[in-house]
Amino acid sequence: MNLHSTYDNDINLITVADTRIDSSVAIGFKDSMRTLTDQGPDHILLDLSNVVFIDSSGLGAIVASMKQLKSGKRLDLAGLTPDVAKVFRLTRMETVFDIHKDAAALVPRPVG
Amino acid sequence: MPQPLSLVRSADGTVMGRPPPPSVSSRDPSPDTLSLHFCGVVEQIREVLEAVRRHLSAFELGGERCGAVEIALAEALNNIAEHAYGGHSHGPVHLCAQVQGALLHVVLTDRGRPLPGRTPPPGLHQDLEVTPDALPEGGFGWLLIRELTEEVSYIRSPDENRLTLIFRLE
Repeated sequence: MNLHSTYDNDINLITVADTRIDSSVAIGFKDSMRTLTDQGPDHILLDLSNVVFIDSSGLGAIVASMKQLKSGKRLDLAGLTPDVAKVFRLTRMETVFDIHKDAAALVPRPVG
Repeated sequence: MPQPLSLVRSADGTVMGRPPPPSVSSRDPSPDTLSLHFCGVVEQIREVLEAVRRHLSAFELGGERCGAVEIALAEALNNIAEHAYGGHSHGPVHLCAQVQGALLHVVLTDRGRPLPGRTPPPGLHQDLEVTPDALPEGGFGWLLIRELTEEVSYIRSPDENRLTLIFRLE
């Protein structure tokens, strides 16, 4: 699973480079998230703006990523594309996470 | 051309090893019908969904409708791979997608275990008003299928599951 982590503004910004989080990558996603969230700032922002498709296994892996955080850490989400937002809405998981429209609002991207 | 890995047929007739890619059946001449044969494993699902998406692109559906079909179908195919077959064996799946007026009918047939109680689950919402530790990490599949389809029907014959999902296309 292709995840990139950068620290900025006291936020651990984790960007998903892959376009799909489904049953074939869910376990790898959860494991990568554990590695990337064990270190760095306590506030973690998962940027899903490249992800166009998620299934219930992928959703479960995001929930698991939140549950496996060390005490004192929090996981927010950003950049949900339409089909990903649909899955969060229909399962009501959108009520569980703080969801930001755009990661750039919290962590300005470098210009150029 | 790389040669496909050899497949081994186990005693009960299921194919072991790396499955071949989904094959489009040419038996059905109707251009409105997509017929796919593939192995019921999670590694095949992306390719199958892509084939369905390609097929639906001819009908000029909106992105929202395509997304709804893709999500529900992904859940139904996950269930076949993980529950109907699951474990160490996997077997054949047939998908038939047909546009009938404003409706899309998708019939999935497999030879795996029946649905528990031989009935499609109601797909109820789970309690999310719990401590984070107790949040569910699964059990959303049937909820998504029920929410995204117009109608679901299921028939278990002696050795076959036949699940029909009907979507409204407009």
